[in-house]
Amino acid sequence: MSKAILYDATICIGCKQCEAGCAQQNQLPYNDKVAAESVQSEHKFTVVLTKDDKFMRRLCMHCEHPACASVCPVGALHKTAAGPVVYDVWKCIGCRYCMTACAFAQPKYEWQSLNPRIRKCIMCPDRIAAGKQTACAEICPTGATKFGERDDLIKEAQDRIRQSPSTYLPRIYGLNEVGGTSVFIIAAKNVEDYGYPASAKLGDTPMPEYTGRVMERIPDFIPVWTLVLGGIYWVSHRRDEVAAAEAQEKAEEKNGGAR
Amino acid sequence: MKFKLTFWRAVFIVAMGLGLYSTFIRFFYGLGAVSNMSDQFPWGLWIGFDLLCGVMLAAGGFCIVGAVYLFNVESLHSVVRPAVLTAFLGYVLFIVGLLFDLGRPWYIWHQLIYMNPHSVMFEVGLCVMSYTTVLFFEFLPNVFERLNMKTPIAWIKKVYPVLIIMGILLSTLHQSSLGSLYLIMPSKLHPFWYTPALPFLFFGSAIAVGLAMTIFESTQSAKAFGRHLELPVLVQLGGALLVALWVNALLRFEDYFHRGMLGQIIKPSYESYFLWLELTLAFVIPITMLSFRKVRLSPNGLYLVSISTVLGFITNRLNIALTGFETYVGHHYMPKWTEFSVTIMIVAAGFALFGLAVKYLPIFPEEKHSPKQRLATETVPAVETAVLSHAGD
Repeated sequence: MSKAILYDATICIGCKQCEAGCAQQNQLPYNDKVAAESVQSEHKFTVVLTKDDKFMRRLCMHCEHPACASVCPVGALHKTAAGPVVYDVWKCIGCRYCMTACAFAQPKYEWQSLNPRIRKCIMCPDRIAAGKQTACAEICPTGATKFGERDDLIKEAQDRIRQSPSTYLPRIYGLNEVGGTSVFIIAAKNVEDYGYPASAKLGDTPMPEYTGRVMERIPDFIPVWTLVLGGIYWVSHRRDEVAAAEAQEKAEEKNGGAR
Repeated sequence: MKFKLTFWRAVFIVAMGLGLYSTFIRFFYGLGAVSNMSDQFPWGLWIGFDLLCGVMLAAGGFCIVGAVYLFNVESLHSVVRPAVLTAFLGYVLFIVGLLFDLGRPWYIWHQLIYMNPHSVMFEVGLCVMSYTTVLFFEFLPNVFERLNMKTPIAWIKKVYPVLIIMGILLSTLHQSSLGSLYLIMPSKLHPFWYTPALPFLFFGSAIAVGLAMTIFESTQSAKAFGRHLELPVLVQLGGALLVALWVNALLRFEDYFHRGMLGQIIKPSYESYFLWLELTLAFVIPITMLSFRKVRLSPNGLYLVSISTVLGFITNRLNIALTGFETYVGHHYMPKWTEFSVTIMIVAAGFALFGLAVKYLPIFPEEKHSPKQRLATETVPAVETAVLSHAGD
């Protein structure tokens, strides 16, 4: 039973309550100055963007097969059964591979800190465990951000698009991108206009598969390659041994003949 | 011992001084203060050069060890020790560089307890740790020989086949895996450099650069330590380098051909200028030069070929790590001077340690030839040669 978030940009009024709620939940500073910032950062996990009087929210997509979790050498990031992709700061060594690997550029870094952490939306796992909604969904006055069961939200998104095809573009962003996510976006405008990576560029292949294809060969490669190398070593040194033995034999014969 | 200030010593002191200042900034003010890395460019010069290029430049160790001990190319025996020394120093310094780049280097040991087998980075980390250990044991006989301790040398000799095979296995794995690191970024890395063939290209370029670096080192050491230059060794390495370059060039061509990129790479664009630079230095210049018999037999020619090759593949890896992301990010990344100075400090330390090791350990074989037979290496441009020769004083 995996949870998800559905963001419907057409009913969003751009009040930025989700930003404030998120900041409060994650104990981040929030004031007019932060509200005016239009980029996500280590102190702003979600942002409401405006373009031509239409709004769009950005947050971690909580991929079904997250690249960040697959690349983390110490497993500091992982996808929970409940849906959120969470972060264990204790394990993190600060290699920032998650940041380079994430197709949505969601993990942000505390560049000014001497003991820096990765920061991103973690979909309020404590609240979910307590049976509550995420902070952003709870505070949203219009229901533009809706929290619920993943399967139910997919159906609801499909229904909304079917019922008013003139309002929505016929697409659910996050349904198939990179193998599916736990955040879905439906809107009147293309999400790409707000900086989201294009669906065509992302593809439907789960990101971990790109490296998985190579990584899964390694357990077979190690014994085979060791045998090949050992074999080459044996052959080339055996040749020397044989040559040495032959030379010795010859020398002995010669000596014997001379005697 | 009296200290004499020479030009290269002054350079060394300045490099160390600036590097130490940057080290202070790094560990007392953080990554944000010391570098131009950002949320858009989370990996900068330190990953691009210290990691990707550092490991490639140290590949001579496994190439030469493989040639001599695996394929019994006896004639290259005299370059095994310097190649292993370079590799060992290279890996140790690369780990030092990593401690600068990691945000929380004091937790680096987490690699060993919180393992994620799906992570390429985990595999690279584990291989590099193990390979550095292997290199340490391959290097140790130098120390024991110097101390006249015969028993431990005998022990290491007994396990030498295991060390050699492990060393090559681990090198194959992590040299190629450095390329696999980027396989997960198909939507970010520019198509000139993103290809499913990345692991193969990285392994191939490691071998070419390993050979080129061995030529470079031998010539450089000959100049710096006034040693006799073994021309037959260089000629043999040059021949192998030509083959390695052709294989690399064919791999690159095949890759572009199959992905239908040939039309795009000849079109002028920001990326293609960097690509042309890389291809010219790594393939066009060295392959053309090596095609002339005269160059293949000339120490100066081979020296220039090796420099061009090394610079070409460094450009290649910096393109993958930095240039290839600029279009995706939408702006340029230029390392801060403090980032450069840390890298320069580490490289300078490498040169100095190499010089010290050569001075106090039996790295090069005993000189058998009279100085008269010395080849004319005098015209070879002295890059950091003086640092090398005076580092041990």
